[in-house]
Amino acid sequence: MSAALSFRDLKVWFGEGRDHVMAVKGATFEVARGESFGLVGESGSGKSTIMRALTGLAPDWSGEMAVDSRPVPQGPKRDAAFYKKVQMVFQDPYASLHPRHSIDQVLSETLKLHGYTDIERRIEKLLSDVGLGPAFRFRYPHQLSGGQRQRVAIARALAPEPEILLLDEPTSALDVSVQAEILNLLSDLRSEHDLTFLMVSHNLSVVAHMCSQSAVMQQGEIVELLTTEDLRRHAARHPYTQRLLRAAEGYVRDEDAAGGAEAVA
Amino acid sequence: MTELLDVQNLRVTFPTNQGLFEAVRGVSFKLGRERLGIVGESGSGKSMTGRAILRLIRKPGAVAADHIKLDGEDLLPMTEKQMRAVRGKRISMVMQDPKFSLNPVMRVGEQIMEAYRLHSRATKSEARRRALEMLEAVSIRDPERVFRAYPHELSGGMGQRIMIAMMLIPNPELLIADEPTSALDVSVQGQVLNIMDKLVRERGMGLIFISHDLNLVAQFCDRVLIMYAGRVVETCEAGRLHEARHPYTRGLLNSMPRIDTPKDRLEVLKRDPAWREAPSVGPDESREVTA
Repeated sequence: MSAALSFRDLKVWFGEGRDHVMAVKGATFEVARGESFGLVGESGSGKSTIMRALTGLAPDWSGEMAVDSRPVPQGPKRDAAFYKKVQMVFQDPYASLHPRHSIDQVLSETLKLHGYTDIERRIEKLLSDVGLGPAFRFRYPHQLSGGQRQRVAIARALAPEPEILLLDEPTSALDVSVQAEILNLLSDLRSEHDLTFLMVSHNLSVVAHMCSQSAVMQQGEIVELLTTEDLRRHAARHPYTQRLLRAAEGYVRDEDAAGGAEAVA
Repeated sequence: MTELLDVQNLRVTFPTNQGLFEAVRGVSFKLGRERLGIVGESGSGKSMTGRAILRLIRKPGAVAADHIKLDGEDLLPMTEKQMRAVRGKRISMVMQDPKFSLNPVMRVGEQIMEAYRLHSRATKSEARRRALEMLEAVSIRDPERVFRAYPHELSGGMGQRIMIAMMLIPNPELLIADEPTSALDVSVQGQVLNIMDKLVRERGMGLIFISHDLNLVAQFCDRVLIMYAGRVVETCEAGRLHEARHPYTRGLLNSMPRIDTPKDRLEVLKRDPAWREAPSVGPDESREVTA
């Protein structure tokens, strides 16, 4: 079976000359169709950059990227077929919705762009798919809670009936109880619509819950690829992954202050 | 146990078009020289509680309470001028994001010196020496260089350690930390907490640690208040948070995914309107009151 997404020796950089930064230094991995794949790492590790390169938001890259074995072109432009297949949900639901567009406008604009004509029916279907009633249709983002906004963002991503969803920290701006609702919603949608997920998160527990396999990134490099079973058994080989796992266990009081100081700087 | 802080029936209200909105509704607690955690979701009133103690609620918001006593002295009737002598010197506060709390156009060292000189009659050279010591105390490896740096030249973890240095240099009796590590990566988070913990213990300070992260609070603090809709719904020993009985606390604990125990679906918190109406748990009751 061919991979839904494949990345081969992907390098992504920003800036030139003195300001040149290599944000992703040769990433290679595949996401099988129907799989849910996690990208884990700390801020600045390049995990979101991979997604941004794929969607054309980070235009300077080399290597190969392919969606369903179709190579992704260089530059910021993607054709309509790409956007119909691949959609993205961003981290901050407070920033990713237009503050002066009602939910109806947000969804109908997306549907029109993708050439649908039965917009009425589709908006109602999308809203009920993400667990929002028809009453939400004419509201504005400021009238919604964070979780409801993220549901709207998910509905917008689902509008063109994509096969692949890119999720960039979809719950990190939300409270844990709301996070649970959104993660459940995403799992349901994945099985109902046969979606493939590529999910970025700094939270190992969230990735372990949602994904079957993940790549751990540090400073632009994939240091380890591991399955969720390995993660649960703490069978990580790379010291960085082990450190992340320990940190995810929570805070451990450090009686040896000198050791702490050494680790900090 | 001598009480460092004694808060009785604290209320914070904001006028809105629909009438008064009560962000904090009758919260009472006492604090010794210990680490008290306040947890809750966004909008539960936990940050407002922290700010209200320092009387940092901006108008038209209003703070009311039977008393807010620091070492037996009520803060409520104090004038703004008197409050300024309390803030920083006796109670100080570390906020969530160092990016927004440090002055971007002032060198880090000068900001720390300012915090020190504001509350003591130290000379410049004395303040400088103390500031460098303090930078070392928060595990900054190269204090001379960081002293001269501007905030944008520092990482988030460094920025937060500098905030802690600045807040601890006047040697306050009580530190209020409002989500001090939420903007930081997990590995840095542990280091910043260790430093804060060590300094607070060495100096015998009280600490109020405000966070949305139940696990973190359970491991870091001695005692926890759980807030919901402006009230304290439960208080318990931090180590026994996982035995908490209130359905809200249980719901929060169960809604988190865990690495070691896979689940097909996460539990979703069902909010009971009765939680909102139940009276706050007082300082002397160690357990919940709702049936």
